[in-house]
Amino acid sequence: MKIQTIALNTFKEAIRDRILYLLFFFAAAALAFSRLLAVLAVGDRVKIIKDVGLASISIFGVLMAILIGTGLVYKEIDKKTIYTLLSKPIQRWQFLLGKFFGLVLTLFIMTLAMGLIFLVIVLLHTGKLEGRMLLAILFIFIELVLITAVSILFSCFSTPILSSIFSLSFYLIGHLSWGLETLIQKTRSGAARMALRGVSAILPDLENFNFKTEIVHGLAIDPRFYFFSALYGLVYTLFILALAVLIFKKRDFV
Amino acid sequence: MAAVLEIDNLYKAFKVGFIPKKREILKGVSLSVAAGEIFGYLGPNGAGKTTTLKCVLGLIFPDRGKVAIFGHPPLAAKARENLGYLPENPYFYDYLTAAEFLDFYAQLFGLRKKDKEEKIATLLRLVGMEKARDLQLRKFSRGMLQRVGLAQALINDPALLFLDEPLGGLDPLGRKDLRDIIVRLKQEGKTIFLCSHILQDIEMICDRVAIIVGGRVISQGALQSLISEKVLFTEVTLSGIDPADLVDLGEPVSTLGDRILLKVFQEDNIGNLMALVHERRGRIHSLVPRTETLEDIFVEMVRQG
Repeated sequence: MKIQTIALNTFKEAIRDRILYLLFFFAAAALAFSRLLAVLAVGDRVKIIKDVGLASISIFGVLMAILIGTGLVYKEIDKKTIYTLLSKPIQRWQFLLGKFFGLVLTLFIMTLAMGLIFLVIVLLHTGKLEGRMLLAILFIFIELVLITAVSILFSCFSTPILSSIFSLSFYLIGHLSWGLETLIQKTRSGAARMALRGVSAILPDLENFNFKTEIVHGLAIDPRFYFFSALYGLVYTLFILALAVLIFKKRDFV
Repeated sequence: MAAVLEIDNLYKAFKVGFIPKKREILKGVSLSVAAGEIFGYLGPNGAGKTTTLKCVLGLIFPDRGKVAIFGHPPLAAKARENLGYLPENPYFYDYLTAAEFLDFYAQLFGLRKKDKEEKIATLLRLVGMEKARDLQLRKFSRGMLQRVGLAQALINDPALLFLDEPLGGLDPLGRKDLRDIIVRLKQEGKTIFLCSHILQDIEMICDRVAIIVGGRVISQGALQSLISEKVLFTEVTLSGIDPADLVDLGEPVSTLGDRILLKVFQEDNIGNLMALVHERRGRIHSLVPRTETLEDIFVEMVRQG
């Protein structure tokens, strides 16, 4: 109940944030632009619309999660609103989860709105409603949930600018870490290979949530992949949230 | 009376600077607040008042020492459910209206819808903010924020209330209103822990005080026991006398036209002064004995401390 109260208040706060609307405007513009790009480009126009559209939803969603998420906890501490809040019978973990779910709710609505615009654009072009695209959007949303947790983790101990840089780095590393696998295979077995294996295990692999290519090109995917990717997202998000709670629990609000 | 708040030997240090250097803020603070009293916590800037309050509210963790609220540690739900807190320079969610703001805090205490609405209306009436009910907090003046902040602190009908500089930033009328509310809350049986710089207000409403200087409580007790009834000096305003004749009797403070303000330190000199005025056919306009005030004690202790 307390988490829900804080989450709804966070939602109220987030939907009043101008950055959200600015990013939404650019996302909508990028989605519209995908149609224009399809006209100019050589190749399968529908695929270009789908590719650019899904990429836009993903990029602008991540920017929303990072730019709003990194300020959420920091603003409470900086503006000292946290003083009155934490003097009430509410635990610090409840506060943090309330903030997290509030932003997740905001991102859900934004992703849904961007997704609907995208589906309408695809519908206008192909004349059919492609429900399979929703699956790609669902996994973009799962990735956004994880990025939200990461942004909140960093904002527990750092300023919004630094937290944004850290979170963005997490996102980029997460999408490039698959390259490590190639490096591991090319490295001779020994200490270096072991170290690389260790790093690979720790680093996030956000490509697990990327089903865009397969879905756009209509390739078959084993349903188990969906299940394991969703499970990976859930476990990683819980791990990051647990870390955030641990840090936040011991923090002094000076 | 039973103590509702016990602070025992509290220590807190912060690391400051690029190369972290330990700075001790609280150096063994101990105090106790009894049920039903208004307790004043005084100290100059940087003495450790707000740090003490933050330790009590669980916003920071002391390095050493113990805090018990109704016998429970600060983070225990049983302690939190029964306390209210109004911070210094209240910072609240300014995008909420006064009613939404109180509703938010009422929800955190799990108040039922009907009780919540009644409570919000009663509190807004108590702090004189019924007309601002649907106004966003960002449009509030400092005084209005202070009032709505007090309403927020009372949303759970707490037995113990922490007020950090509640009278700061208020106009004289606002100060009087808030003082009256605090006294009324005491009459209802609430215990009030009041941090303030405005000594006059503390003197008017507090039962007991503690003075903190440099992270140590250097004095605490009932206000009457701290302030003696002894006359420090007498202020006399007179006219028709040559200032040169008054030098042996007291210390002239100022002159305005014919009028002289004189500080007489020895009580015996009052009789001599009156005789002189009578003899020279002068006039005494006022004669005010000045007893010791909380401010005198405070200034003295801060200097010594």
